[in-house]
Amino acid sequence: MDITQIQNRLNSLSGWQAKYREIMMLGKKLPALPEALKTPDALVQGCESNVWLHLDLDENQERLVLIADSDTRIVKGLLAIILATYNNLLPHEAKEVDAYELFEEMGLIKHLSPSRGNGVKAIIERIKAQVNAFQ
Amino acid sequence: MIEQLRKDFPLLHTQVDEQTLCYFDSAATTQKPQSVIDAVNKFYQQENANVHRGAHTLSAAATTQYEAVRTKLADFLNVAAKEVVWTKGATDSLNLIAYGLSDKLNKEDIILISPLEHHANIVPWQQAAHRTGARIETLPISPQGILDLEASKQLIKTLQPKILSVCHASNALGNIHDVASLIDIASRCGTITVVDGAQSFLHLRPDLTALGCDFFVFSAHKALGPTGVGGLFGRYELLNDMPVYQTGGEMIERVSFSGTTFRDAPGKFEPGTPNISGVIGFGAALDYLNAIDDSALAHYEQCLYRYLVDALSDIGGVKIWGDIKQNIGVVSFTYKDEHHFDIATFLNTYGVAVRSGHHCTQPLMEHLSLSGTVRVSLAFYNSYQDIDTFIDALKDTIDMLEE
Ligand SMILES: Cc1ncc(COP(=O)(O)O)c(C=O)c1O
Repeated sequence: MDITQIQNRLNSLSGWQAKYREIMMLGKKLPALPEALKTPDALVQGCESNVWLHLDLDENQERLVLIADSDTRIVKGLLAIILATYNNLLPHEAKEVDAYELFEEMGLIKHLSPSRGNGVKAIIERIKAQVNAFQ
Repeated sequence: MIEQLRKDFPLLHTQVDEQTLCYFDSAATTQKPQSVIDAVNKFYQQENANVHRGAHTLSAAATTQYEAVRTKLADFLNVAAKEVVWTKGATDSLNLIAYGLSDKLNKEDIILISPLEHHANIVPWQQAAHRTGARIETLPISPQGILDLEASKQLIKTLQPKILSVCHASNALGNIHDVASLIDIASRCGTITVVDGAQSFLHLRPDLTALGCDFFVFSAHKALGPTGVGGLFGRYELLNDMPVYQTGGEMIERVSFSGTTFRDAPGKFEPGTPNISGVIGFGAALDYLNAIDDSALAHYEQCLYRYLVDALSDIGGVKIWGDIKQNIGVVSFTYKDEHHFDIATFLNTYGVAVRSGHHCTQPLMEHLSLSGTVRVSLAFYNSYQDIDTFIDALKDTIDMLEE
């Protein structure tokens, strides 16, 4: 599913149970990161649970490739949404996108605890910083 | 009886996210009865004035009321009023005691605590150890997280610690500790004993004279009272002997630029304007507790706890941690390798409020090789219906996780 499909699907669901369930399902579809890639420098600081994130350019050195994992299913689901937002974009396109705003639009932030919300912010900040480094 | 008592807690009848609330986080903070809320409101609406200063009527009345709660609390704990110090809560109390006892410590000394302690009963002692060179040692516990009482007594005799500081009941697992028997041994070794009563105050209503401890700490908000207030008991000679912790107004006898003399305890540990409305609200909480038959309440809590443990034990894959024989009504559990956060988040969508994580007991979690647990903590205002709702929600959650 691309990000628009995910957005439509989540918006069509009523109730938090259904939304969380969908988010968890998105997480289940995200391939697990091999243990060897769960390195300390891939750990995103500022998250309550463990989040590992790798970001690079594809073989043509053009488009973004992100892979990520978490030890909690819900955070992994949130990661799936973040990845769907940024994966395959050109770095200059990615600069125009703000996944945090997208989360707010979907009403996801207000249902997360403040520390989880900050975790999501930390992941997105990390992506932005790495994208900027490509330019 | 319980149906009646539940009516006294307005928050239990409100909707959270369009769900009826099932509140299972009383170990973090209890809900408040209407009488406590009213007492705080009434103070600000009709009685507000500062205490211990001014000759005007309101100030005198506020002082009388404030000091009357100290006496009420002293009676509740079976100690003398002058042995009770008001603080911001258990954490503040433990910091005050650890600081105050530092003068007695040197690098030969041992501070003995248990691995089940809340960070509030670990970190202040670590700081005291840093300052003085004293060493921290821990009591033995089982792989399941239960204090080994006999080995603990033996260790006290062997180590002859200067200070023993243990929780009366564990916040993470709910285990009740036979602190009286530890204190008995420790006192004979000349050890100063400190009991963290944050979790036992409400559920066990300890008689401190019977316990025989030198110090005891608690938080009002975990016993139906307001947040931001709590206190400590200190055996008078020891208490009054401690150096002042924070300084300023109120706690002095006389100030001049050539020097300052301090009041005797408890005054010398209460600088500045105290949490007057908090103390008065807590007075209403004590009245509330004094008006109900505590043995009936304790019996009900235990029945509720058994019901919860039995229902949870029937669910395959659930593991309950800690002591299920001696327990204040806290169930800490894990389900297979599922993350506690996922379980708690799904439960929340059913209106079930539980705590997940390490519960400010990281050394204990490390001992249990866990990143955290889901904690269900009960109070007398929970109903069997609450537990049924929780169990149904948990079963749905598990189905979802297993999908
Ligand atoms: C056993 C124990 N000790 C100390 C504390 C600290 O209490 P407070 O945060 O009210 O200062 C708590 C609170 O969770 C506790 O459960």
